[in-house]
Amino acid sequence: MPLNIFVLAKQVIDPEMPRSAFQVDRENRRVVTPPTLPPVVNGFDENAVEAALRIKDSEPAEITVISMGQSFALDVMKKPLSMGADSLVLLQDDAFDNTVDSFAVARALTAAIQKIGPFDLIIAGRQASDWDNAQVPLAVAELLGLPSVTIGKKVEVGDGRVTVERQMPDGTEIVESPMPALVTVSNELGQPRYPTLRGIMAATRKQPVVWSLEDLGLDGEQLEPQVETVDLYVPVTEADCEFIEGEDDADAGRLLALKLREAKLV
Amino acid sequence: MADSAGVLVLAETEGGALSPTAAELVTAGLEVAAGLGLPLSVAMAGSDVEATVQEAASLGAQRVYAVEDGILSTDKPELLLEAWAQICRQTNPAVVLIARTTAGRDLAPRLAARLGVGLAQDCLEVKVDEDSGRMIAHRPVYGGNAMAAVVCNGTPQMACIRPKAYEPCEPDDSRTAEVVSLSITLDESMARVKLVERVAEESEGVRLESAKIVVAGGRGLGSPEPFKDLEVIAGLLGAGIGASRAAVDAGWVPPSWQIGLTGKTITPDLYITVAISGASQHMAGCSGSKVIVAVNKDAEANIFKEARYGVVGDWEKVMPSFTETLRELLS
Ligand SMILES: Cc1cc2nc3c(=O)[nH]c(=O)nc-3n(C[C@H](O)[C@H](O)[C@H](O)COP(=O)(O)OP(=O)(O)OC[C@H]3O[C@@H](n4cnc5c(N)ncnc54)[C@H](O)[C@@H]3O)c2cc1C
Ligand SMILES: Nc1ncnc2c1ncn2[C@@H]1O[C@H](COP(=O)(O)O)[C@@H](O)[C@H]1O
Repeated sequence: MPLNIFVLAKQVIDPEMPRSAFQVDRENRRVVTPPTLPPVVNGFDENAVEAALRIKDSEPAEITVISMGQSFALDVMKKPLSMGADSLVLLQDDAFDNTVDSFAVARALTAAIQKIGPFDLIIAGRQASDWDNAQVPLAVAELLGLPSVTIGKKVEVGDGRVTVERQMPDGTEIVESPMPALVTVSNELGQPRYPTLRGIMAATRKQPVVWSLEDLGLDGEQLEPQVETVDLYVPVTEADCEFIEGEDDADAGRLLALKLREAKLV
Repeated sequence: MADSAGVLVLAETEGGALSPTAAELVTAGLEVAAGLGLPLSVAMAGSDVEATVQEAASLGAQRVYAVEDGILSTDKPELLLEAWAQICRQTNPAVVLIARTTAGRDLAPRLAARLGVGLAQDCLEVKVDEDSGRMIAHRPVYGGNAMAAVVCNGTPQMACIRPKAYEPCEPDDSRTAEVVSLSITLDESMARVKLVERVAEESEGVRLESAKIVVAGGRGLGSPEPFKDLEVIAGLLGAGIGASRAAVDAGWVPPSWQIGLTGKTITPDLYITVAISGASQHMAGCSGSKVIVAVNKDAEANIFKEARYGVVGDWEKVMPSFTETLRELLS
């Protein structure tokens, strides 16, 4: 029996876009996505795909990527397939517009997970780079009654257990959990692999499974938001930088040191 | 509810004492409690919480809940989670506050889901809206590019508060509190995740989180070697040393050096950045610095929008004379 691994991946607007492109529609409390800027798979979720693929590198495994949203850029969401994941399940419905409410997202993902069937391991990103919540995976784990381990930089399985090396503020921690379990991973896991040409070809042929709210056996009421946004705005930072100029760069360095001394900062 | 905890601070404990974040949560909690006209309670659960009871009282809690159980240890977060859930169920708080520490960040979402309510994650400020009588939480989103004000609809309203967002409140030993001991049921089988090993990174320098001065480098340094030069500066100034995520991802410096949204939060008096562009996710971890200094060859770099002093130039030329001048000034 191959291991069944589910990866949770979210489509987000590119978090590294230039600041000037970032705009908020305050009235509707939404970020306006510039049409020229393609969305991306949340960075940590690419790490999650990579973590699953590394397991698959050493033993038989079936990797299913699950994503929930109102609409998707299919070519973007197929990236995990081109990296080597086996299948893609998209939970797509107009009712799924509130991706801000972690609990509702977790409900929908949990319904999909239960519909797909038994699994050994769920791998998610540590947080989505839009709302930086770091909540959805933990809520999914709670709804499914699973043990959870966060911020993994190395994920290994064996003997029905998962061993995770976690990145801690001042070192690492190794923890172990029985499976099924949920693990979230971070960028310390390392660079996700690039899709190969063969992978890209294979991904082109694969079609995602698309499920609506109804397919999941949910009604809108179960997805009522627990957290509501009452305001969304861009904070103003006042720029009053004093530029230190000298005859050349080296001179500016010297003057900077003198300036810090004068300001009693050193 | 007459016996409600009101605003409940769930405090972490460390070796028989309250974690430093508890005093910050109490500052936030007292404001919310005053706004709601409710009492402030502090709850601790651990294997050794006796001494923390007076500590919590001295911070200004009107009521203190203490749960002592030998099987509660920091290595078993699932037990602490269940203890917190039982405390909440027994005390019916209107508001629950947790610190977004390494542990709190993971415990809070599971606790919220266990109680069937929402959670405002990573908040910088919590306030009571006079019209609705609900708590509004302000939190950075989109890597710090935007701020959101959010309201939790359920009860309790829960917020996870970023460490250092609030000043710790001053303890006063003459304060007293009503002490309530709760009995909860926990058993070992609830702890499924087991700690195998903890490896502390050896570090010689000053701790980043408490450093008065921090020096940090970014991708523009191009390789690990220039960090040696930054270490010289750090040595001269008695400063901590850090980096952007780009420098960490490149493998030039260890992850423990990372400052930012997913790294450390620093609040030094002086923060000197070299070849860091100042992405919002980086600034998220250092915008509490009193004075930011930036050396960057790009005059348009975002870092200059938040810096007090800046040099537009090549670090390879700027930093040696900066270092030499510092050495002379400090000798
Ligand atoms: C969810 C998420 C979380 C993140 N968390 C963090 C985090 O915690 N911390 C963090 O730092 N980042 C974080 N990031 C990444 C962040 O978005 C930026 O990519 C990162 O901070 C960039 O690092 P940098 O400034 O070193 O590199 P760059 O943005 O590439 O900037 C390099 C700078 O060096 C300057 N430079 C180049 N050569 C020279 C020279 N010779 N002399 C002087 N200047 C020079 C350039 O002008 C440029 O401004 C996160 C991103 C995401 C999506
Ligand atoms: N809409 C979604 N679809 C699929 N996975 C998601 C979704 N939202 C969040 N996740 C997963 O949960 C992680 C943390 O997200 P968040 O709690 O929103 O910060 C992400 O990195 C994803 O792995």
